[in-house]
Amino acid sequence: MSESLISARGLTKKFGDFTAVNGIDFDVTKGESFGLLGPNGAGKSTVMRMVGATSQRNAGDLTILGKDPEKNGPQIRAHLGVVPQQDNLDMQLSVTENLYIYGRYFGLPRKFVKGKIEELLSFAQLEEKRDAKVESLSGGMKRRLTIARALVSEPEILMLDEPTTGLDPQARHILWDRLFRLKEQGVTLVITTHFMDEAEQLCDRLIVMDRGNIMAEGSPASLIKDYSTKEVLEVRFGSDRNQEVADKLRTMCDRIEELPDRVLMYTDDGESLLEKIYASGLHPKTSLVRRSSLEDVFLRLTGRTLIE
Amino acid sequence: MSTATLRQGSLQLIDAAKIRSRGALYVAEARIRIMMKWIVIIIGIAIANPVLYLISVGIGLGGLIDKSVGAVGVDGVKYLTFLAPALLAQAAIQGTMDETVYPTIEGFKWHKTFYSMNSTPLSGAQISIGVFLAAFFRTVYTVLLYFGVMWAFGALESPHAWLAIPTSIFAGASFGALMQAIAARLEDENFFFVVLGRFIMMPLFLFSGTFFPLTSMPFFLQWIGWVSPLWHATELGRYLTYGHAISSTMMWVHFLVLLTMLVSGVILSARIFTKRLAK
Repeated sequence: MSESLISARGLTKKFGDFTAVNGIDFDVTKGESFGLLGPNGAGKSTVMRMVGATSQRNAGDLTILGKDPEKNGPQIRAHLGVVPQQDNLDMQLSVTENLYIYGRYFGLPRKFVKGKIEELLSFAQLEEKRDAKVESLSGGMKRRLTIARALVSEPEILMLDEPTTGLDPQARHILWDRLFRLKEQGVTLVITTHFMDEAEQLCDRLIVMDRGNIMAEGSPASLIKDYSTKEVLEVRFGSDRNQEVADKLRTMCDRIEELPDRVLMYTDDGESLLEKIYASGLHPKTSLVRRSSLEDVFLRLTGRTLIE
Repeated sequence: MSTATLRQGSLQLIDAAKIRSRGALYVAEARIRIMMKWIVIIIGIAIANPVLYLISVGIGLGGLIDKSVGAVGVDGVKYLTFLAPALLAQAAIQGTMDETVYPTIEGFKWHKTFYSMNSTPLSGAQISIGVFLAAFFRTVYTVLLYFGVMWAFGALESPHAWLAIPTSIFAGASFGALMQAIAARLEDENFFFVVLGRFIMMPLFLFSGTFFPLTSMPFFLQWIGWVSPLWHATELGRYLTYGHAISSTMMWVHFLVLLTMLVSGVILSARIFTKRLAK
């Protein structure tokens, strides 16, 4: 049994009458990359702020690095690197200065921080922007700087809230690559995302959250295995006809999902299912066979898609 | 691409006890660094302000007043001597307020930088005190610059004129601390700025015995002076610089009012910061 760095039991957070996190249990072990997957409003960020030892829980137990955040917030935060959903860099300062002052907040010696900055600028591919004001950076650069900033103290746990939301595909891939390197160095990662591909890329294990509850837990592969079929056949008959043919399609496989623009059919063999559909006299306008993803898991668990 | 240097890890690197005792200083260090980006503007204001006031009110209006009251003087002294402690305290108040109110709203709302500070080992109270310390730093040099300009203008007749420096800094710190606490509670700052400028700063400046003794105002307006740190600091400053007659009781009152504002402002602000960040 490996060492548990974060342990939550019955973790609950309420804002007035609204229950943002509804008594959830989870553990994160040392060196693993742990994900929280769910749509906006699922309670992921609230969990992150509680694990980040800034927001206090209303009920349940939470232990981070063996300590209770209610009593030992600063001592816990000393060992966390936090990347919030919204970059809160200091816009009036340069790239280097942002890294420098953040390092000082951890009480790190000036000399150490100065050396660390060089390493982080290279890691974040921001060497050429070292003296640029943060205001002038692109979204992807700001995001990389926020991540670099969180690493200045060599944290035990790096927490990333929606690390690539709002970034273009290329910027996302650069970021994923950086995060993967950290993982290889043995840094424990906690990541929230509503992108299933991101969760599949980065997470060893994840919890699927919806409306403050955990719907499922496991590795991306095991979740797909448990909650979906091997393949998915997507067929489109045109938005007005999808509904009409759905009843007929339902009889041909284990399960179908009707989305506004297409019908998803769950099966272990997409090609032969498609043949069966043609054989029955139906002719979809387009069709696509693909592997099941976490999106399908989420759809199965909640009846809703991740991005609405 | 450099290969990753050997990780020591935060458990090795970080000294929690050091952060506990010095956290506020780290925040102040960062704030002062940001302030330095505006240093030209800050110094410009710190010098232009007294130059304008001393020429218009001090020399212009003062010359007129001195001529008409003759040897009696205002409160027994030349108008500029009477005015100097008030102007200095006003400059301190304005400077401190700029460095407490704006950074506080920025930290909670505009750029949310307090949230990033709070995700480090720094506590809400340390952030609050750090912001205040940096503002205090600006107060000190604003007052010193202002004082230098007054000296250059020959506005410092009394050999004890320098004693207005500590009273002014005291006024700035007291008012700044209170305003920081108020700013920390704000959700909507637009309305606040309208009220602050027109209904707080302006009346305080005009009706705190700044340009004429408070007692020459109708009694129903004198309360503005009583609640104003500017009046309390000015009274103290006038007493110390040219021996303005006040009872020892009143001296204590002035001192204690300013001290109460300062202490309650700092404590309140630290509490509000802590609470707001923990939401």
